[in-house]
Amino acid sequence: MSSTFDTVANIIAETCDIPRDTITPESHAIDDLGIDSLDFLDIAFAIDKAFGIKLPLEQWTQEVNDGKATTEQYFVLKNLCARIDELVAAKSA
Amino acid sequence: MRPEVFKMVDRIVSIDPALKTIHCQGLVPEESSIFEGHFPGYPIMPGVLLIEAMAQTTGWLVLARNRFEKMPFLATVKEAKLRTFVVPGQNLDLHSEILHEGSGFVVAKTHATLDGKPICNAELTFRVLSWPEGRMKSVVLKVAEHVQFPVADYVDA
Repeated sequence: MSSTFDTVANIIAETCDIPRDTITPESHAIDDLGIDSLDFLDIAFAIDKAFGIKLPLEQWTQEVNDGKATTEQYFVLKNLCARIDELVAAKSA
Repeated sequence: MRPEVFKMVDRIVSIDPALKTIHCQGLVPEESSIFEGHFPGYPIMPGVLLIEAMAQTTGWLVLARNRFEKMPFLATVKEAKLRTFVVPGQNLDLHSEILHEGSGFVVAKTHATLDGKPICNAELTFRVLSWPEGRMKSVVLKVAEHVQFPVADYVDA
């Protein structure tokens, strides 16, 4: 988890020019860090590459739009990292 | 090529079977209204239209990959380099290679050449979205036939 978070936080800091020390596991990518959907594409690209996965952004967006999930479930960084860990585990299973 | 109506690709030369790369061609016309302003007495292709040509090239590849189920929309242009002037009468070779296909987006590396010499290049990101309501998909399919897109191979009946 911690190494996943470090990787994700470094990607966000580099991609969006956000000071690394302001990014915490509790940060909400949209509400706290101000990352918009276009910047999130760059982040998703970097995360996909770094972890060898494909973040299911379309599915997440649909779930949020349908009221089946909240943005916090996917865009608070500790939750995002947990999803990444799940995807990595599923890939190697 | 008819730049005044944003038709930048004349024909699709090849799409590799693995759907990683595409090669298209576009002949810069001798006459076009865009040259009235760019520039008077010194016609050169606007750089933004060269980027558009590379984007459309990539777009055909993305459409082949998703079998026309969704439409790619240009979202990001990175590392764009316009290396030399392009003038009327030049026939450009347009190439694109998929770097990554994510969920709802595609990243590609694209470039154009003239007689094998590099003209321009860029890294492009597209949002890949459901077709909008209306006639857009049918129009794109019609254009596909005009540019010799292998429709039968990549469009489900």
